[in-house]
Amino acid sequence: MDITLRVNGTTRSGSPEARKTLADFLRDDLNLTGTHLGCEHGVCGACTVILDGRAVRSCLMLAVQAAGSEVTTIEGLATDAGLGPLQQAMWDSHSFQCGFCTPGFVMQATAFLSAHPDADEQEIREALSGNICRCTGYQSIIDGVLLAARRNTEHASER
Amino acid sequence: MKLPQVDYEAPRTVEEAVDLLAEHGDDASVLAGGQSLIPLLALRLAQPAVLIDINGVDELSGVSVADGWVRIGAMTREYVAEESGTIAGSVPLLAAALPLIGHEAIRSRGTIGGSLAHADPAAELPAVARALDAEFVVRGRSGERVVPAAEWFEGYLMTSRAPDELLSEVRFPAAGPGTGTSFQEVARRHGDFAIVGLAASLTLSDGVIADARLAFAGISDVPVRAAGAEDVLAGERPSAGLFDEAARRATDGIDPPADLHGSSEYRKKIAAALVRRGLRAAADNADERQ
Repeated sequence: MDITLRVNGTTRSGSPEARKTLADFLRDDLNLTGTHLGCEHGVCGACTVILDGRAVRSCLMLAVQAAGSEVTTIEGLATDAGLGPLQQAMWDSHSFQCGFCTPGFVMQATAFLSAHPDADEQEIREALSGNICRCTGYQSIIDGVLLAARRNTEHASER
Repeated sequence: MKLPQVDYEAPRTVEEAVDLLAEHGDDASVLAGGQSLIPLLALRLAQPAVLIDINGVDELSGVSVADGWVRIGAMTREYVAEESGTIAGSVPLLAAALPLIGHEAIRSRGTIGGSLAHADPAAELPAVARALDAEFVVRGRSGERVVPAAEWFEGYLMTSRAPDELLSEVRFPAAGPGTGTSFQEVARRHGDFAIVGLAASLTLSDGVIADARLAFAGISDVPVRAAGAEDVLAGERPSAGLFDEAARRATDGIDPPADLHGSSEYRKKIAAALVRRGLRAAADNADERQ
């Protein structure tokens, strides 16, 4: 089926089979391999992307269902000017070990912080509860997202 | 795990969807939010010949109120229901259960109708529908029929929807004055399926329980009403002793399944604890709403 969608601000087209998931379409057809596939049945959260402003698991929807939508993947966050604020906060907090789960965590946290810029630790833990890290690095991931939220709040109070 | 070969149809109206179901019947699966169906396809537990994707059927989404019932279109996404002021105000038990469904990214796609048509007995929404005696509107070529919740859930992942019918709407009765509700569950981790869950609703009138509703998730192959406990509660004043008695009656004779998350006996103990907690919380917020 022919589809057209926006990915990271660019119009992209393709002809995926109906059974192809959005995750496979992004990786195989658009060569955006930053979106990782862990379990491929909606348990691990590694393939999380932002679809029309909300975090979704790209292995749990068909590519053809994303026709006409706006998709943001991990490749869409950093600019030529450098890392985004959440990425920087996670970098500063050593939020990565092997890095496999990182794109999913970053996309989930990006969607969550844009809706809840001043979230507290408990809210962040709940928001990230659907993402699995097998290096057991959860604490530093939470620390990174919390640091991004604190910087958001400081920015807001400076204004 | 890639999905099996499958044909794909994307109807734009209920009529088109129903025609496709009539044509394909048992060979078709209806694709709503896909948060249960896509994993079933990936694991080859479901291998339909055709997917009928109803995401483009706009008339199936929305929340409205009529004649004391809150009507929720089957394709209404869980996060939309979670943010609905109508649901928060009129169906507080549903509002309490929604944030417990899966994780945030699941609720971005998952739908009210999808969860209730999938009918996982450990899920939150089936217990809520059963507790409140929700009504299920299904559409087929010969028209519409309304199925009460007591007749909807037939077994593990089985409902009374016929293969050529589409679940189009679910209706929940609006809570009256003096109604307090609570959804309780024990899960290994926030967002996981409940080991046991409980939907509880109490309506107080002059300090006396006029209506009590309790339904369990996770103790059988369907959501289960605790009718014995409801009888014990009716006509009484809320008290810790009464809630203890209700917990005993609710768990008398139940035989929950055992799996690696918990033995049958453990589930039974959780069930009793949830009845006490749920009734206490429901009674407290019933006082607030009076």
